[in-house]
Amino acid sequence: MIPQGQERALIAEIQKGLPLVSHPYAAIADRIGMSESQVIQKVNDLQDGGAIKRMGVVVRHHELGYRSNAMVVWDAPDAQIKELGSCFSQFEFITLCYQRPRRLPQWRYNLFCMIHGQDRESVLDNLQQMSQACDVEALPHEVLFSCRRFKQRGALYVYDADSKQSQQSKEPIEL
Amino acid sequence: MQKESSNTIKKPLSDLQKKLLNDFQHGLPLTPTPYLDIAKELGVTEDEVLNALTELQESKMVSRVGAVFRPNRIGVSTLAAMSVPSERINEVAAIVNAYPQVNHNYEREHVFNMWFVITASDNDQLDSVLKDMELKTGLSPMSLPMVEDYHIDLGFPLQWGEESA
Repeated sequence: MIPQGQERALIAEIQKGLPLVSHPYAAIADRIGMSESQVIQKVNDLQDGGAIKRMGVVVRHHELGYRSNAMVVWDAPDAQIKELGSCFSQFEFITLCYQRPRRLPQWRYNLFCMIHGQDRESVLDNLQQMSQACDVEALPHEVLFSCRRFKQRGALYVYDADSKQSQQSKEPIEL
Repeated sequence: MQKESSNTIKKPLSDLQKKLLNDFQHGLPLTPTPYLDIAKELGVTEDEVLNALTELQESKMVSRVGAVFRPNRIGVSTLAAMSVPSERINEVAAIVNAYPQVNHNYEREHVFNMWFVITASDNDQLDSVLKDMELKTGLSPMSLPMVEDYHIDLGFPLQWGEESA
């Protein structure tokens, strides 16, 4: 789905974040020529339809003391992948869990999870707890800790012609 | 270069800020006055909520109050990986980061040492970004688009240890 017109303008606004003012939806409505109630209804529809996963405070893990993050990748049998994905997703320290394609021969892994923790040990402890609970200790896997964050911001699905967003975070940030 | 100390917490978080961080990662009221509704729920004033959120945003602990979109519903995205020679890592990171379509880019401990997310309005645009990157860096990005999402995103529970409190 490629949104057009007002829907596109609305998505551009809410992906940037709501303004911190008393009537944030009215402020957005003014900018894009909709009414406040139309904006609220449209956001509601996007949420009900599943395009919006959640609406709320979006935190930055690193700045809150969660300095360590690992992408853990498994080579899961195709027949088991759904069950394993659901099992991993029960753990609250998991922030993402996706199936992705293998790219043989250089990449054999098809199940990806992100684990955030305050340090490397707590990430590994969490991984061990999860691996035991979901019985995947014997599955081939790798743990890819992050070393440096070069860039982080919310996804932009639509762009303003003169978007300045790309100017952010050009400098690498040491993790 | 920006060091992590410039982003660390400068003053202790208030109880209100902790509640806002932990309890409002999902379910923001879809009402004309969401911040007033949160304030009523927490027994504080709307101004206190707005000030607390403004401070959290200024200190970069909160990136925004808003929507988290499900991948590939509006537009398309992919996770891409590159194997970058260590002496070229900063140069290649600068090239990759310059695309407005790149929103996350991390160095990771692996032969594939650079991992980034590309979002675009359609597959043609996504492919042209990948091709252009290959042209500019001389390195071939491995694209791994999502096949299935198993995670229900309710936000991330934070624990307040001595470090972060």
